[in-house]
Amino acid sequence: MSAPSCNDRALLNDWHVVADCLALTLDVPFTTRLMGVDLIVTRSVLDTRIVRADTGHRVCSEGRYGFVWACLGKPERDPFYVRESDEIDRHLLSGGSIAVNVSGLRLVENFLDMGHFPFVHTGWLGEEPHTEVLPYNVTVTEEDEILATECKFYQPIASPTAQQGMLVDYTYKVIRPYTVALYKSNPVHPTRMDVIVLFVQPVDEDNCVAHSYLCYLKDGMEAAAVRSFMQLIFAQDKPILENQVPKRLPLDPRAETPIRADIVSIKYRRWLGERAITYGAIPLHVASSAGVNGRMEG
Amino acid sequence: MITLYDYELSGNCYKLRLLMSFLGVDHTVVPVDFYPGREHKADWFLKLNPLGQLPVLQDDDLLLRDAQAILVYLAAKYDTSDCWYPRDNPALLGEINQWLAFADGITGTASAARLHDALFYDFDIEAARAGAHRLFRILDEHLWFGEQEGRDWICSAAHPTVADIACFPYVMLSEEGGISRQDYPAIRRWCDRVKRIKGFIVMSGVFPAGPAKAA
Ligand SMILES: N[C@@H](CCC(=O)N[C@@H](CS)C(=O)NCC(=O)O)C(=O)O
Ligand SMILES: [Fe+2]
Repeated sequence: MSAPSCNDRALLNDWHVVADCLALTLDVPFTTRLMGVDLIVTRSVLDTRIVRADTGHRVCSEGRYGFVWACLGKPERDPFYVRESDEIDRHLLSGGSIAVNVSGLRLVENFLDMGHFPFVHTGWLGEEPHTEVLPYNVTVTEEDEILATECKFYQPIASPTAQQGMLVDYTYKVIRPYTVALYKSNPVHPTRMDVIVLFVQPVDEDNCVAHSYLCYLKDGMEAAAVRSFMQLIFAQDKPILENQVPKRLPLDPRAETPIRADIVSIKYRRWLGERAITYGAIPLHVASSAGVNGRMEG
Repeated sequence: MITLYDYELSGNCYKLRLLMSFLGVDHTVVPVDFYPGREHKADWFLKLNPLGQLPVLQDDDLLLRDAQAILVYLAAKYDTSDCWYPRDNPALLGEINQWLAFADGITGTASAARLHDALFYDFDIEAARAGAHRLFRILDEHLWFGEQEGRDWICSAAHPTVADIACFPYVMLSEEGGISRQDYPAIRRWCDRVKRIKGFIVMSGVFPAGPAKAA
């Protein structure tokens, strides 16, 4: 099976997670696909090497946060630095890599959307009649990230240790086209945030793997509970995501009903368009876009 | 005191949560990190089930594995209505056990396809899907003829049995393995009826029944 490959320079020259180290058996090749390119990942005692199945050429690889990363082109910058990974009072673990039959951009957008909580995560992250998404702020930072702050949502069971419903504070950050993070107030230490970073692997334009990295305060929380909570929630989203039509994310804000396109997702779609990201998207009409070869500063 | 060794995303574990919910039976849950932790292959777990599979249930001194076996045990012991596994109806018991074995076939095909697609299990995906379709075709036909005779459930009874519970989860999750239910209308109607049984609970990936359709 061949998939059209990616022409977006910004994506080709960036790092993407392609495997969870836990899933690799020493010296047993693991095959995966990144932006239409089949890769063979082999972990040995000395190093982890990644080669293209088509040419046999080696591609750049890295190990970080318990994941194996690949860059198909020439890396222009480091993988996103997760500041909370330095804090020793946190669990730092993978939530398990899960393949989803939809564009990774759809996954990022869904992750940003609070509106679906009461309907998809009923009894956990939301419940009727608390369905309204209150206004929040969205800005683009100096690092060119989308930042949504002052997001609040009432949640019956907001975390593995939640004892009762609470109004939860959220901050969202879109860091790269396929990387998004969520910061959520910790029920025990309300001034600190638990962090979930979603590294989405674009397998091809219609398929992705969600690699989640969980940085939760240890206080009162078991690592296993953090992981199982993440999977419980994620598995509720999965069938919804896989039923989205079309599988790719339309960048034209008028392409879909405004219910899903709340302000952060409008911003996300526009931000992708401005950065000439087309892989996994249905781009705007050529006239209004920067063109598929649009350049981006590294 | 009942303890279920459980994994949220497992349809086989869900069978037991579902029956215990229908019966109103209290239990505690020990979460097992099936993925990515593979805790079901850890030494401590292999002592409970040498097959290294979920679910496992412990009730005082009794330790049981296999979802279907556990359904039989729980219903026989705790169902005061004697509907889910009617102990004094040999013909019906035979029928139920026939479909319990069928349910394990659904696990071997539809569940395998889902593990392949979502969690990277190294299975023959085409064989798994074809196998599931073969079973779904048989089940759909069986349910369709049942409807013609006024029967709503898998077995010949006026009420659901553990056979319905055993077949339900991996039918319901089949799309995650790339197995569409579009061509199985009688299965779809039966799934909807299962969701309307009093005490029904969901698992991640299974959604509650929609508003009742006008007849
Ligand atoms: N016949 C068994 C099958 C159980 C089964 O397939 N369990 C899965 C999880 S849902 C499992 O533990 N698989 C691991 C393996 O088979 O190695 C049952 O119905 O309980
Ligand atoms: Fe969600």
